[in-house]
This record gives sequence, structure tokens and C-alpha cells, in this order.
Amino acid sequence: MSGDPAFAEAAEIAAAVASRRCSAVTVVEAALARIARLNPVLNAFTTVTAERARARAAAVDAAVAAGEPAGPLVGVPFAVKNLIDVAGLPTLAGSRINRDLPRAAVDATLVQRLEDAGAVLVGALNMGEYAYDFTGENSHDGPSRNPHDPSRMTGGSSGGSGAAVAGGLAAITLGSDTNGSIRVPASFCGVFGLKPTYGRLSRAGSFPFVSSLDHLGPLARSTRDLALSYDAMQGPDSSDPVCVSRAAEPALASLLHGVAGLRIAVAGGHFRRGAEATAVAALDRVAAALGASAIVELPEPDRARSAAYVITTVEGAALHLDRLRRRPGDFDPDVRDRLVAGALIPAPLVVQAQKFRRWYRDAVLRLFDRFDAILAPTTPCVAPLIGQKSLMLDGKEVLLRPNIGVYTQPLSFIGLPVVAVPVPGVDGGLPIGVQVVAGPWREEIALRIAQTLESAGIARAPRPPEIV
Amino acid sequence: MSETDDGNGDLDALIEVGTRILGLPIAPEWREAIRLHLAISLAHARAVAGFALPDDTDPAPVFAA
Repeated sequence: MSGDPAFAEAAEIAAAVASRRCSAVTVVEAALARIARLNPVLNAFTTVTAERARARAAAVDAAVAAGEPAGPLVGVPFAVKNLIDVAGLPTLAGSRINRDLPRAAVDATLVQRLEDAGAVLVGALNMGEYAYDFTGENSHDGPSRNPHDPSRMTGGSSGGSGAAVAGGLAAITLGSDTNGSIRVPASFCGVFGLKPTYGRLSRAGSFPFVSSLDHLGPLARSTRDLALSYDAMQGPDSSDPVCVSRAAEPALASLLHGVAGLRIAVAGGHFRRGAEATAVAALDRVAAALGASAIVELPEPDRARSAAYVITTVEGAALHLDRLRRRPGDFDPDVRDRLVAGALIPAPLVVQAQKFRRWYRDAVLRLFDRFDAILAPTTPCVAPLIGQKSLMLDGKEVLLRPNIGVYTQPLSFIGLPVVAVPVPGVDGGLPIGVQVVAGPWREEIALRIAQTLESAGIARAPRPPEIV
Repeated sequence: MSETDDGNGDLDALIEVGTRILGLPIAPEWREAIRLHLAISLAHARAVAGFALPDDTDPAPVFAA
């Protein structure tokens, strides 16, 4: 491995461990030491599974020494948002209430698949309560903190997932994305994030939020690591009724195929309104590097965001109704008050939102007859300060929490695959993300474009200043 | 409920009756934030409901037997 092992790519770590240039035990001990040193500041981990990680790393080394085939992620430390089951841990989903649940009996499907590929779980990660969050703040565990500036938000709800990867505490993390919760932390923390097509990756063994919008996916410091982990996690799973029966379609093999022949457009209208200059500049830089000059208007994106908002708040309220009855005082107030409001929305308005979703899907998919990918900002601004309650959007001061996802919601609403690529800030400024959006089941196109941008030095996970 | 008139009086009435019917206990100091979020959510819902759709548009989630 070249450079600081804490910031080595998963692919480099796996190559070193497989060739016995480095042991998995050495890699994992280094990761655990870094977590012990930096987690008091970053608050990315809620549980460190040190004993399990040490045992697993030793077993990995023994298998390699015995000449067994090494998986593509052999010896790679990874961690998962704490709504994903880890055997022996309560699945907190960022809440106080879930601490009273029985401990998970088995690992979630995606944890099993990453470990089958040789990766080593090092812990569970902080998140916004019940995933109803874009900030990374948590009233029970405290906020996860941005490695680029610990006074700033990580973004949420997969805040610990963003902080752990950006800070070099794990090479790969898993997050969940209902309205933007992988892509927003990827943008604020300056890392790569993949929200696959709805139904592509199994959600079995994860605590739900909005079933009709929930996705799981990886965050990493390179496109190659996204593709490696994504490929390892693909495949049907009868334990998740939403996971499709489609065979795995590996993306790694085509990662270096470039963008020649791809028709790439830039989202206009809604997706340019309200964004800070930094967000627009990052988008323009990415578009210029790809030679993407066509502007495409998505049909009714404001309404799409509104419909996603309504479905989210109502499905979320339905999920938590009994907990809201029995233990309302144990919720994060910011989450509880929105869920109670969601419980009061008249049902016909929700059905209308689901009908609109059908119309919008059909209309957007027609755009993919003309284009292979669409570029859009990920967030309207760089990471806000922790505790900040409002932001300026389109010249108006609006509440921050409901509006950080203004550009992510209209895309996850219809399950499109998106890679959020990080664009480093200018003159030491904070990074910000750009979304590369492809048609359904075409993750490999979004990943190819991300790789092209990374190879050209346009997209990159910037190393944060050393935290003391 | 009126489609257009939801001053705080209407929202308070909806909160009062809705939480009672659903059995949701709320403390008085939570009400202001709940009212704010209810107003935001209803505004989003109305934005969607204002879009004319054909009667035969199926809602997005489809159950397969």
C-alpha cells in the first residue's frame, strides 16, 4: 500500500492482504487504533466490534496462509449504519427506544455478503434517529462530526457512515438512502456514495423507514471501492420482498470503459434554483469535464419532491405509530414532531402522491431514451454548522432539515441509481457532491462516469486535515 | 377540512381530533412544532393533489400475487 494505510483504497488493502505483503490483523489493528483515537471527536461509531474484528482478521489471515481463494475485499475494514443488523448488537436505528429490543440474532444480508468477500466488520455507525434526518445530528448519541471541520454537520441520516470513510476510520461503510441519506453525507463529507436502483440490493436485516423508498448502499473514498463492494453485495435475496430476482450485474469490469458514446445531460430548472455558488460551480466543472452541454428539464420535479415528502412522513408515521403512542418522550423531538404531523395527513392525499409517482416515473424514464445519464447537484450547500436550523434557498430563508434533500428527493423517489461524486473545495474550501444519475438498473453507467471524473482529477475524496 | 383555509385554528383542530382518534399523547409544548410540520406537509400534499392525473393512473406500489 502506498501512502497512509488509513486512507488506502479497499482495493489496495485487499491486494496487499491477498499477496501476504500485509496481514489482515495489521490492517484491522491499525483501523481500531485510529477509531479509538479519532472517534471521541468524530462520534462516527456507536459500537466498535473490536473482538469480532480481531477474530475475523485472524481467520482471514489463516485462510490466506492456507492458500484458500481470497475474496475481493479480503482484510478490508468496513462498518455499517446502526440500522443494519449486526449479530449480538441491538439495532439502534439511531434511537433510544430500540435499545430495549432484543439483540440481532444474525447479521444482515449485506454484512454477510461483504464478509463472504473477505471484509472485516469493525463497528456500527451513528445516524439520525430512525433515518428521518439530513443532518447527522442525534439527540441520544450526539452529532457525528465532519472530518473536514468537526464544527460542521456530516449530513444524514448516514452521518457516521460519511464521517468514518472521510476520516479514514474504515475503507467502506454502508448507509441507507430513503430521500438522500447516502448522497447527502457523501456530499458534505467529500466521499463517493452509491444509491443503487430501488430493489437492487437486499435490505433484509435492516430497520426500515419508508419501505417504498428505502435503499441500502456503500460509501467509499474511490469509485473502484464503490464498485468492488457493490458487486460483492448484489444478487437476489428472498428475505427482502423488494429485492429483485435479477442476477448480479457486476460493474467493476466496465469501470475503465470511459464515457465515449454516452449521452450525458445536465438537469436544469429545479436543479439549479437555490443552489449556492459552490454547488453550481462543482456541477459546471463536472459537466465541462464530461463535455455535457445539453440541459434537460425533469418533468415536475418540485411536485416529485413534494410527493416524496408526503409519502415519507406518512409511511414513517405508520411505522412508528405504536411507539409514538407508548413512548413519545423517548423520541428525538425533531423526529417525533414530524412523525406526529405525518400521522394526521388525510389518506387520499397520500394515494394521490403514489399515483403521481407512477406518472412521474413514466415521464422521467422517457428522458433516458435520449440520455444515458443526467448530472445534478447533490446538496444546495456545503456542510452547515452543527445546530444550524435554517438555510437560504432560492433567496428565501427556509428550515434546514426538510430542505437539504431538495435535489436528492426527486431522484430516489423513483428509485433511479445515483453515484454521488465528491468535488474538492477550491482553496481549501469544503467539498460538495454532484449526482450522476442513470436509468434503472444501469449503475454501471453512473460508476463509469464517476471513474472517468476521478481519473481526470475532477472528482476526488479529499483527505481532511489531521484531527487532533 | 377546507382545501384552502388552514389557519392555525384549523390545524389545531386537526391536531386535537386526529391525535385523539389515533391515541397519540402530545405535550402542550410540542404543539407548535407539530403545527409547523403539519402545515409544511399539507402544503406539499396540496401541491401534488393540484396536479391532474387520469383516473386510470395506478398508484406506484403494485402488489404481485
